[in-house]
Amino acid sequence: MKLRTCAAIAVLMLAGCSRPSKSPALPAAKAFGAAITEVSGGKQIGGIGTALDQPVVVQVNDAQGSPVAGVLVTFQLAGGASATPDAGLTGADGQFTTAVTLGGSSGRYQVVAATHDKSGKAVELRLDEIALGLEQTQGRVLNDRYCSRCHDPESTPERVSNHDNLNAKPHAFIEGAVLNAMSDADLASIIGHGGPALNKSAEMPPYGYTLSKTEVDSLIAYIRAVADPPYRLKGLTYARN
Amino acid sequence: MPGKIRAFWQFLFGDSARAFGTLSVVLVVCLAIAPAKDTFREWTRYQWKYQSLIRGRGEAATLQRRMQHGLQQIWMPELGVTDRCTTCHLGLKEASLSDVPTQPFRPHPPIPHSLTEFGCVMCHRGQGTATTVEEAHRSTLAWEQPSLPARYLEASCGQCHWDSLTATPQLNLGRKMLARYDCVSCHVLKTQDGRRMASTTDAPDLRHIAEKTSREWMFAWLKNPQAYAVTATMPNFNLSDADARDISAFLVSQSTPYLSGGAAPAKVDAGDAAVGASVYGESFCTSCHATVNAAGMLVGNDVGPELTKVGSKVKHEWLVEWLRNPKTYDPDTAMPHYRFDQKMLGPLLGFLEAKTDSDLLGNVHLDPATPAQIAHGKALVTERGCASCHEIEGVKKPDNFAPELTVVGSESLAKIVFAPGVAHTLPDYLAAKIKQPHTFPGSKMPQYAFTPSQTDALVTALLAQTERARTLPPNLRVAGKAPGNYRPAGKAAQLIADMNCFACHAINGRGGDMAPDLTWEGSSVQRRWLVAFMKNPNTLRPALIRRMPRFNVTDAEAETIADYILAVYQTPDFDRDAIDATKFTAADVEQGKQLFYSKYACQSCHILDPQSDKGYIGPTLTQVGSRLSAAWIFHWLKDPASLRPGTLEPNRNMSDADARALTAFLMKQNKEVAKK
Repeated sequence: MKLRTCAAIAVLMLAGCSRPSKSPALPAAKAFGAAITEVSGGKQIGGIGTALDQPVVVQVNDAQGSPVAGVLVTFQLAGGASATPDAGLTGADGQFTTAVTLGGSSGRYQVVAATHDKSGKAVELRLDEIALGLEQTQGRVLNDRYCSRCHDPESTPERVSNHDNLNAKPHAFIEGAVLNAMSDADLASIIGHGGPALNKSAEMPPYGYTLSKTEVDSLIAYIRAVADPPYRLKGLTYARN
Repeated sequence: MPGKIRAFWQFLFGDSARAFGTLSVVLVVCLAIAPAKDTFREWTRYQWKYQSLIRGRGEAATLQRRMQHGLQQIWMPELGVTDRCTTCHLGLKEASLSDVPTQPFRPHPPIPHSLTEFGCVMCHRGQGTATTVEEAHRSTLAWEQPSLPARYLEASCGQCHWDSLTATPQLNLGRKMLARYDCVSCHVLKTQDGRRMASTTDAPDLRHIAEKTSREWMFAWLKNPQAYAVTATMPNFNLSDADARDISAFLVSQSTPYLSGGAAPAKVDAGDAAVGASVYGESFCTSCHATVNAAGMLVGNDVGPELTKVGSKVKHEWLVEWLRNPKTYDPDTAMPHYRFDQKMLGPLLGFLEAKTDSDLLGNVHLDPATPAQIAHGKALVTERGCASCHEIEGVKKPDNFAPELTVVGSESLAKIVFAPGVAHTLPDYLAAKIKQPHTFPGSKMPQYAFTPSQTDALVTALLAQTERARTLPPNLRVAGKAPGNYRPAGKAAQLIADMNCFACHAINGRGGDMAPDLTWEGSSVQRRWLVAFMKNPNTLRPALIRRMPRFNVTDAEAETIADYILAVYQTPDFDRDAIDATKFTAADVEQGKQLFYSKYACQSCHILDPQSDKGYIGPTLTQVGSRLSAAWIFHWLKDPASLRPGTLEPNRNMSDADARALTAFLMKQNKEVAKK
């Protein structure tokens, strides 16, 4: 009798010790897909620690490429970034939408959207999001003011691009294929002394007498931050841990 | 069982020698506890971890040499700050560790300050003296301010800086919003110099409101301002139908006619709306006002109110008088006096009055107001603090209507009443208060329609308002641009006020930044050009959509203002007539042309020959020789920012000879182009 009481108390105590699991149980998948594709929300640029302006939307397709509803999609982020919600079932259109908040350091954050196909094999989609720190943010503001009028070929009603009016077409700052090959010193030189400093067009004027060295450095930091493909030497990719 | 214990006891304390030995061992162990606890402290573990991290790296020797062992401290007595963060954050100055994925060993990103001069908690908050992770970063019983989330970090810059840094767009936006959305009309918020931050929104004077609009419109607006205009700055006060009805009744009852003498307003019939659309376009109303176009896009600026549904709002007679001369209704309005003639006025009226929305007032039916409703309306207007922003007859502007925000960024959490579901941190409280003020018990604050990034910006600006910012040593304060109080004089001053030049142009530190600074304009332009430009401003910068409107001034008015500008707004640095353009030789001009097209490639931004040049960032230069003075061109080429701070034109570090030759070439561009 004594033993039984003791056992009952022990069981009760143990039950009291167990914590409720932190995250609610994942919903059960009602279907499986063969591939995940990005609908929108990749390669967004935001300040460190901020929520991205646009949601990340992914779509799960079957082997024939048509969207599948009810597939369980999970999101994994590293480096302090997060997605809300970080898991759920795709809707009737086969899509799942989540809001991403960037981590506290500047750099690239990889959003990994994952699901399983029928055989249990993992299917993944990796998207990059870009977080700008103080230096890159300053570069971004300077870019908007001085550079983007010629370097950004996109015209908006608010800002008409001068890109097409130039003989030598300026490189957009996301053109990593070209700009990653240039060293920091080269970039500082062409920004500071103009195109002729690197035997390029005089249509690129010198900004070394207008911008301070810190400002030129911040522009370079911004150019490195937004390069696509990413600039690998500096800055960090927060891959899945 | 007891036998065994007895045997063990005998073993330990059987005789005096055994007892002595046992007690000695116990004593040694006890004495060892203190040094052991010290050795196994949390921060020493991080120092070991750092050592094992750097051991395997190429630059291990350098890193090893630079590593500071033991407890580290940055002490800034004048700020009263002691930081021990560098005890664990050992890689802050080691750029080579930038591939380390997470803190505490990542290097600090480049900032314009030295870490040893400013320490860590000045920017990151948290408890600097703490030596455990928990106490340093999170709030504890003894320390309320946890480390600041990265998204609000710009707030820390704002503690010292009021000078609108390039690197802090979020803080700058937040501060602008505090003034634009009239937060500072209800709340007192003092800037660094102890002055109260002033609102930049000219909330309408309501003392003649019944002349302007109907009670039905007031009702609809009070219920939901954003239903009338998505860009409305007025927040939603979540009023019940009865409350909105009573407030509108009171507002109508306190309204008086604004035209003294009761002169009957002149009759103008609404004209062709299609013609009006072109008057609206030619007058560059979009430089200040926005409308939603057929494609659902908002087009135009946010200086004046959005006009998408203005036809459902204003009364015909009021609009006639307003377009004729807005200063009659509101002497302080930012709207310029356009001097529209009858031919423009009619169509413009037709165009604006056609901008209606039948849904807006379709369901609003108000019975005539009763005295009880009016009295209740007045009570509500007083209670909701309407007079903080608006002028209302019979209701005084309240003092200290809402809590002061000067040091809200270091508010003690113990003093805050948190709404349910809000995390107990200051940034979360501020964000929740802005996003859903009605969830806080007893809150009078209305509901704004901010985007998440706007809310972040506001929270950032508020977090900058700390006790530390208020008590900074004077050498650390970076003052913002003081609002200019420059006032022109004489007859021209009346014209400048009438056309409201300061709304777009700055002169001597006063005025807007939409259009070029005119402080030294008198040294820049030629009289003939200026008079003609005042009469009919032609397009100088083709890529801009905000343009100088035509104010339909008379010849005499144009000459008065041109003469004033030329006489008064001259730079003391050079004489506008110092360079005689007639003395340039053909060789100078030819050399200037070479420089223009090849060395400096000016055509990438400026159009000089409309046939070949395409750049449209800078002003068109086709007639620059009849527009600008030679001395201005020369000095502009030498250093543009010294004449107009913030200009886009880069400084080319040009030699005097180059600048002279270019001036010669540009002054040659003085042919009057035949009017199309």
